[in-house]
Order: sequence, then C-alpha cells, then structure tokens
Amino acid sequence: MKIHVYVTLKPGVLDPQGRAIHHALEGLGFAGVNDVRAGRFIELDVADGTTDVALDAMCAKLLANTVIENYRIVRP
Amino acid sequence: MKTAVIVFPGSNCDRDMAVALAAATGKAPAMVWHRNSELPPQTDFIALPGGFSYGDYLRSGAMAARSPVMDAVRAAAARGVPVLGVCNGFQVLTEAGLLPGALMRNAGLNFVCRTVGLTVANNQSLFTSSYAAGEAIRIPVAHHDGNYFADAATLDRLEGEGRVAFRYSEAVNGSARDIAGVLNDAGNVLGMMPHPERACDPAHGNQDGARLFAAALGALVG
Repeated sequence: MKIHVYVTLKPGVLDPQGRAIHHALEGLGFAGVNDVRAGRFIELDVADGTTDVALDAMCAKLLANTVIENYRIVRP
Repeated sequence: MKTAVIVFPGSNCDRDMAVALAAATGKAPAMVWHRNSELPPQTDFIALPGGFSYGDYLRSGAMAARSPVMDAVRAAAARGVPVLGVCNGFQVLTEAGLLPGALMRNAGLNFVCRTVGLTVANNQSLFTSSYAAGEAIRIPVAHHDGNYFADAATLDRLEGEGRVAFRYSEAVNGSARDIAGVLNDAGNVLGMMPHPERACDPAHGNQDGARLFAAALGALVG
C-alpha cells in the first residue's frame, strides 16, 4: 500500500530555499509568482492495514521535525 | 575523568574533538560508535562532534538523533552528565529533543566556513565560566544548516533563563537573535554551531576554544 507524506515548513518559518527558487523563476522571466515554499514529498510502501496511528507516529517521530514543519498523510 | 566522543557514520570532527579532550584531560576519550546502546561506565563528559552524519539525509542530524546510542546519551544527560554538541552535534541534540529549536538552512544559502566573532552571553554555565560576561571571542564555523530557529515564546524563555551561551557578533547565518549556542534547562547540555575544538592549539592561531574545554573539564576534576 502506497502512502504519500507531504512535509512543509510551518507558516511564518522563513524558507530561504523557497525564496531562492522564487528569485530564479523571476530571473527566467516568469511574472506573477507571488511566493514559493519548498517542502518534501515522501512515498512509503507499507503493509496493508498499517494504521493511521502508526503512520502519524512515523511522521511525528522522524519524517517531520514538528518544531519547524507540518506534515500531511495522503492515502492515494 | 572519563570522556566519550560519539561517532556517527559521516562524523568528521570526531578526531579533532578527541585531540581537544585529550589535551584538556591528559587522557584519550572513548570513541563510541553510534550503534552501541551503552556508554562506557562512569562516563563524565560526552561530546557529539561535527560532520555530516548520514549525509544530512532527511534533515541535518535527524537520523543520528534516532541512533541507539542516543538513548544512553539522553539518560546520561538526565543524570546531569555534561553533554557538548558542536555543529552537527548541535543539530543532533535539537533533533533528539535535548535542546529546543531547530537548525535550518543558512539564510544566505551559502556554506559558511570562516572564523567568526562571538560574544559570551552567559558566563555562569559549566562550559563558559572561563570567559568574562560579554567577552568577545573568535571561533571558526563551518556549516550549511546553522540558522537557529525557535518560536518567539521559546526564544524569550531561553533569553530570560540565561540559556543563550553564545551569540554571533557579526552576520553569519540568519540565526534568530544571533544565537550561536544554547543550554538546556539544567545547564549541563550545550549545543553550539562554532567549533571550539578548532581553536585549541597554538598552531590553530587562536585558543579561545580551549578555555571552554578547560572550564567544563576542570570543573569536573575539581
């Protein structure tokens, strides 16, 4: 069973990488980009029946640093 | 006096740290591989060295913080054993929850590798008692992820409780409130991005870092 995890910086946490990407897009002539935030996408292949509680623990204990990041678990 | 240096795959300042500890104590430290679940008996001082543990995969220090040895480090810290984390060691301590906050990509996105000015923000700690309050010192940094972040309430608490050990006195990496090193609430765990072990020997051209080891290890002997 494939699980998708999206790890994103919390609102308000400065994202220097997103800012650099934004700057590069502008340098390429793309107008109208208001903001860029970079994050991380992780695909897990887990046993069928893996519980939401277990997936949440994986995210909270390792995949995201909850001091600076939020995570979202998606069962596609 | 028994000291220990924790070695992770990708640590690269472990031997420099060992030289600094040996110079301060007259005895070589135990080099403890991260897979060990125990520290040598009666370890008096633990150092987490700089480097790029696990290639900085996922986040700097994230994998190392979940190594088997970190449970032993956590237990020792809870007993009051001094723990010093330098650079990647600081990142590991925040990821392990032994220190608050997180270390993010440098604000300028560049790897910063130079000797920087620091001010001693708290000279009452185990690690900083050899410095004068507010003293200006110089210690090398070498990092890509040294941009200290914590929420405003945490920063206020750290400052109010005297837990900021060192601040940068020049622009280095965008750290919140110029924080270069922080202490835990008990004062026996210090994390700092600058490398005191690189400012220990006359050949380094600067011995400001040696005073940190002299203070911390001297206090244990005395």
